[in-house]
Amino acid sequence: MFTQNSKMEEELTPHSDPSGKLPARDPGTAATTGGTAPIGGVFEAISRGESFVTETHEELAAEDPVVGIEDFDLHYGATQALFGVSMCVPRGKVTALIGPSGCGKSTLLRSVNRMNDLIDGVQTDGKMTLNGDSIYGRKVDVIELRKRIGMVFQKPNPFPMSIYENVIYSLRIDGVRDKNLLDEVCELSLKGAGLWDEVKDRLNSNALRMSGGQQQRLCIARAIAAEPEVLLLDEPCSALDPIATGKIEDLIDQLRGHYSILMVTHNMQQASRTSDYTAFMYLGRLVEYGPTGEIFMQPKLRETEDYVTGRFG
Amino acid sequence: MSLTLEQSPPASPPAPPAPPRRKRRTSALDTGGAMVWATAGSLSMCLVAIVGLLLLCFFKGSTTFWPQPIHEFELTDGTQVMGEVTRDELFTTEDGRELRRRLVRVGNYEFTGEHFRWITDDQIASESNPEWALMVERRQALERTQAGPFYGTPKALEVDGEAVATQPEEIWKRFNELHGESVDRQLERQDLEKHDVGATNRLSEEARIALREVELRHGVDSPEWAAQEVEYKKVVEDATRRYELVRARIDHLNEENARVRLIMQAADGQEQSTPLADVVRAVPANQLSFAQSVGVYFSRWWEFLSDEPREANSAGGVFPAIFGTIAMTLIMTIMVVPFGVLAALYMKEYAKQGFLISAVRIAVNNLAGVPSIVFGVFGLGFFCYFLGVSIDELFFQANAPNPTFGKGGILWASLTLALLTLPVVIVATEEALAAVPNSMREGSYACGATKWQTIRRIVLPRALPGIMTGVILAISRGAGEVAPLMLVGAVKLAPELPVDGVFPYVHAQRSFMHLGFHIYDLGFQSQNSEAAKPMVFTTTLLLIAIIVLLNVVAIRVRSRLRARFSTSHI
Ligand SMILES: Nc1ncnc2c1ncn2[C@@H]1O[C@H](COP(=O)(O)OP(=O)(O)O)[C@@H](O)[C@H]1O
Ligand SMILES: [Mg+2]
Repeated sequence: MFTQNSKMEEELTPHSDPSGKLPARDPGTAATTGGTAPIGGVFEAISRGESFVTETHEELAAEDPVVGIEDFDLHYGATQALFGVSMCVPRGKVTALIGPSGCGKSTLLRSVNRMNDLIDGVQTDGKMTLNGDSIYGRKVDVIELRKRIGMVFQKPNPFPMSIYENVIYSLRIDGVRDKNLLDEVCELSLKGAGLWDEVKDRLNSNALRMSGGQQQRLCIARAIAAEPEVLLLDEPCSALDPIATGKIEDLIDQLRGHYSILMVTHNMQQASRTSDYTAFMYLGRLVEYGPTGEIFMQPKLRETEDYVTGRFG
Repeated sequence: MSLTLEQSPPASPPAPPAPPRRKRRTSALDTGGAMVWATAGSLSMCLVAIVGLLLLCFFKGSTTFWPQPIHEFELTDGTQVMGEVTRDELFTTEDGRELRRRLVRVGNYEFTGEHFRWITDDQIASESNPEWALMVERRQALERTQAGPFYGTPKALEVDGEAVATQPEEIWKRFNELHGESVDRQLERQDLEKHDVGATNRLSEEARIALREVELRHGVDSPEWAAQEVEYKKVVEDATRRYELVRARIDHLNEENARVRLIMQAADGQEQSTPLADVVRAVPANQLSFAQSVGVYFSRWWEFLSDEPREANSAGGVFPAIFGTIAMTLIMTIMVVPFGVLAALYMKEYAKQGFLISAVRIAVNNLAGVPSIVFGVFGLGFFCYFLGVSIDELFFQANAPNPTFGKGGILWASLTLALLTLPVVIVATEEALAAVPNSMREGSYACGATKWQTIRRIVLPRALPGIMTGVILAISRGAGEVAPLMLVGAVKLAPELPVDGVFPYVHAQRSFMHLGFHIYDLGFQSQNSEAAKPMVFTTTLLLIAIIVLLNVVAIRVRSRLRARFSTSHI
């Protein structure tokens, strides 16, 4: 797998092609082809409020998308948080969303399972699909939709109940009674989350008594117990210590291939270590999206390079 | 740092080298020494007040039943007085002397016409504690309204008018042999009067109501009425026959009981003959050993806790009041908790937060400050006179003009108190719901749970300890409330408990006794206020104990819940 430490990143000589010759094209038509930055740089164009085209690398065209996002806008009341985001989440791969704080990573992630519906005054525009089924269509049952998507939050949020009940929560609310099935799912999910050996003797003890790292892995177990089609992770390690973070990263590595993962991270090394694809967001726009190696070593846009090398952000 | 910046004078370009700012010495107030004293002082004042209150109730309340020695006084005017000293104080006479006076419970109301009497020391010629002075606590016989205790010496024990013992030792021995069976007979008689006579009355009353119902539906001339009347007559005849049987048994018991009598002689020589069955307890107070005193003490406590009141509530027990208090509190809790929790759930989880909900919230908070008597008035007007009367008109027309639900009763009282404590539950529940981290709700929604599933499985369990706190507060408030109860069903003396063995077992329309109201009644409504006074403290002690008990139960439930949902350590 592609791994890289920060030192290497710093030593890299920036390789970019700031052509900046062509004006912005219509965003609807150029989602997957390599684009070019507008005159004066992407960031300035963004701050001027001009539309621009996401720089999407051509490798993505070959991928089978689980989640497709097309020209997606989102408003929190009067303020717009997402501007014409278009991307796809490839099947069986780990995709990382990076970008400075407040650029809309969480907002985009929460849009996928429509958690933003819970916030008053949120308005969306654009298209999103999950395995071809519309997410924002008029007839979509949000509850059924969320059952197809797993989500893990920034802060571990186990429920105030036993470890066992936490893991099988999604089955409980579906009214599954079959004890054998529940036991089996619990064991498989905990094994999948690398937690089985630690908790198999105390499945009935309260989940709130676990350590933070264990709680987060429990949340992952809870998410995969529902056999989700896509797994959303919102900065899953930001509340954890380095050792627990390492365990979660190993876990994400193991889940690769079995699950399609869309992960927000604040941590550049984490993105470079764990993800196959990386998307760079800035002020509500998706700036550049491509294979992690390319984004970190030879991004097409100077702005992406500045960000991944830590020159700003 | 920023403080120094603010203090410096506003930009004057060639700033003179500012002298080092003089630091003010921290005042005594700021170092906190004075505040420690002030806060600690306030706390200790509160503690002293609360502990003082509890100690007062405890000492006054727990000494009431301890047997006191009986004094016999020979007064300078030649009369003799016997009784217990209940108060002892010094006072200054008009000519400036300090003199001791004692309030003596003299009893023997039928002779003296008074229960208590002040005796000053200069009235006393001699004073003694006669060995065989006896305090006889008498049951309130139906014919007499005021019996009270009798103080005197035993003169004889008569069976069928013949003295079988005349020496005090002998009388005391025979008394103890015979007293038990007399009391048993007495209790059987009471039981018959209360239940069996009641049952026959109920039979004919039910038949009468059935007849009246037919009359209301079909009229007096209808064949249905004629048929019903035949039925009615049969039932009444049957009831009368059964009544006769019960009556015969009662008469027999009465005769038996009248045979055995205790003849007492008061200090002034008058004699009083009391059937043994009317004697609750005779206490030879001046010759009791410590163990015997303890026995009398606990027997009185037991009577207090398990029996019905006697002598216009100033003696006997308060069992109906204990029962009424607990039953009312439980019904109130059962009513208020679901409503309060649901209302709070709506306000916190479902309703769109905005002006309307804020207004409702403020209104609910203000409701908690409305004087309780206002709730009483509302309960009387709405529950008793509107709801109750409507129920009577719909279902109990045959009973008219006697109200069934259209008057004060335990159900209406409980509902009134539920209304009174509703804000407490709502506010506490709202706070408990607000304390549930939103991340848990989000986690549940993300798993595909609906709103109700999230509330039921995540929010409510997590908020339960907080909700229990509200319930505890509501119980404390409700169990101790008296003012509204006076309007909606608490009475001085309730003939029947609201729950008994007669179908339909729970009689929610019945008026009931309540410890809080009982205290008020004892303290301010009693004809014999001096005798009622110690009972006030004892009853207060009991009320406090019951509220503490209810709270302890609720707190244990809460701590159990807390242990289950204790917070994490990340
Ligand atoms: N509930 C909300 N209401 C209004 N604005 C919000 C809300 N949540 C996020 N925002 C705004 O949307 C923008 C994107 O936020 P977010 O997606 O949380 O950023 P990120 O996760 O990338 O740090 C921010 O400017 C933030 O202030
Ligand atoms: Mg975020």
